[in-house]
Amino acid sequence: MSQAEQIEVPEELRAEIEAHMALYPDSRSAALPALEAAQRVHGWCSPEAIEQTASVMGVTPAYLEAVATFYDMLETEPVGRHSIYVCTNISCSLCGADELFQAVQAAAGADPEFNVRPFECLGACDIAPMASVDGVYVGPLSIDDVPQLLDDVRSDRPVLPEKQLARRICADTEANA
Amino acid sequence: MKLLFENIDEPGLNTLEVYARRGGYESLRKALAMSPEEVLAQLEASGLRGRGGAGFAMGKKVSFLPKGSIDKYLVCNADESEPGTFKDRELMQKSPHMLIEGIVIASYAAGANRSFIYIRGEYVHQADMLDAALAQAREAGYVGEDILGSGHSLSLVVHRGAGAYICGEETGLLDSLEGKRGNPRLKPPFPANQGLYQGPTLINNVETLATVPTILKMGGEEYAKLGTETSKGTKLVSVSGHVQRPGNYEIELGIPSREIVYGLAGGPAEGREVKCWFPGGSSSPVLKKEDLDLPYDFDSMAKAGSMLGSGAVIVVDDSTPILDVALKVAKFYRHESCGKCTPCREGTNWTVKMLERIDAGTATPMDIEIMASVQEHIIGNCLCVLGDAMAMPIGSLIAKFRDEFEAHIETARARAGLGASEQALIAQRELAGEVAHA
Repeated sequence: MSQAEQIEVPEELRAEIEAHMALYPDSRSAALPALEAAQRVHGWCSPEAIEQTASVMGVTPAYLEAVATFYDMLETEPVGRHSIYVCTNISCSLCGADELFQAVQAAAGADPEFNVRPFECLGACDIAPMASVDGVYVGPLSIDDVPQLLDDVRSDRPVLPEKQLARRICADTEANA
Repeated sequence: MKLLFENIDEPGLNTLEVYARRGGYESLRKALAMSPEEVLAQLEASGLRGRGGAGFAMGKKVSFLPKGSIDKYLVCNADESEPGTFKDRELMQKSPHMLIEGIVIASYAAGANRSFIYIRGEYVHQADMLDAALAQAREAGYVGEDILGSGHSLSLVVHRGAGAYICGEETGLLDSLEGKRGNPRLKPPFPANQGLYQGPTLINNVETLATVPTILKMGGEEYAKLGTETSKGTKLVSVSGHVQRPGNYEIELGIPSREIVYGLAGGPAEGREVKCWFPGGSSSPVLKKEDLDLPYDFDSMAKAGSMLGSGAVIVVDDSTPILDVALKVAKFYRHESCGKCTPCREGTNWTVKMLERIDAGTATPMDIEIMASVQEHIIGNCLCVLGDAMAMPIGSLIAKFRDEFEAHIETARARAGLGASEQALIAQRELAGEVAHA
């Protein structure tokens, strides 16, 4: 029995990784979606998560570890389960993002439930300064929004609904004339 | 004139039902009734230039793919990671079928049978919208085997990235899509010959591909009547920073830049003035307020020493120290450098250190010379343009705001208690002399 067969992988995770692998001419292309799936199960790209993914994909754990360390969204250390990425790139920074990040960090940085990070341009400079909260874009944020934002996450409510980017209409007024 | 953004917020536009009611997928039918060569001729006649940053003629790019029945790929670059750029996001979220239709038409012209949308991992909502639209398009037979009985088949996969600026660079993107670290490749070979899985690959930006259905609908020649001689059509611009109405606007190429910054986006807040602006993302050399009268098109921006890039206009007003801008930009590229090429890895790092020295008050005016020379040594000396993407704006900031850098050095030195540098003492003496004469 090979070593790969000895590693137990949760059935759902195995199925998800295999489904991703089937989408590509070369199954190795599934590395990112597979690691993302494993991270969702394990909370981060732990050695266990990497080993399980590697055994399903038929690659070495070292290969996947090299991949995981390259990408900002793959966590190579344990983190809180709620991610708050505060964009601190140029446009957001011009609109006060550095102060916003510090406020979020001060309010939730020590809470093990949260993963608060300054992040490179998230592609939403129209709502600067902004943050991606568990993948949901909200902005423009002021420091006064921080308590409500954290409270929404803690109570499993939609985060700052009126500030969600998904609901925003195009700035070009002639676009909807 | 709105082509991509026409009624962009119409409820349900993301669904096949509403998109089809507006004439969606009619361009695909039209294209499939033509030969691939005829479709390519339409794209070439349109003069459409790539909307991702490089501005390369789209039709020509398609024509570079070898003919014949080998496996060919089409990859849509939806990584949109250039700071200040957020146009593709709005398009994918609100009108995903427009992109899918464009991909199918372009794949027909290029003879590609497998396609991928590489979307940055942060765009969760947009990727979900694309996946939902793709399922509908597949169900309706617009994607898959023997599309609408044409004999053309195409698979399409929405592939989510995981957070890396460099994956917006086309060869870094290809490596990432192959499941590797997103390191750029040496070119040549170019992706048109050897791209994904070593096969011929057409890579285009979201906006470029989303424009294809419009071109088929209007006809290439009609489309080419919009814009200027060398910059045809309309362009989505993302305006951000110190403006009162930040957002995406669809403009006809060649309108005055002032019209974008002030007319559409409202300009800086009352009482503030434009200090500098990036015309095409944070990697474009900055322009000053007197350049606002330039027409906003590929060639005018290039002639002014900058570039139209991704169409991301970032405005900085006179309340912001230029050093803050430089430091923000340099730190970003340091973080995102993949580390493969020495000039980029070391150059971005040392530029940040020198800028920090200036701010800490431990720099001398000589540091400005060194910093400028570091930028010159990065440009053109790496596998990809990430290093250049820092060197170009930093070089332009130094060239255009040298006085402010020098003044910053002196103020910071005084604040740090290190005393003024020799040059400043000379300047002070000169000033004192002038005062005495007066």
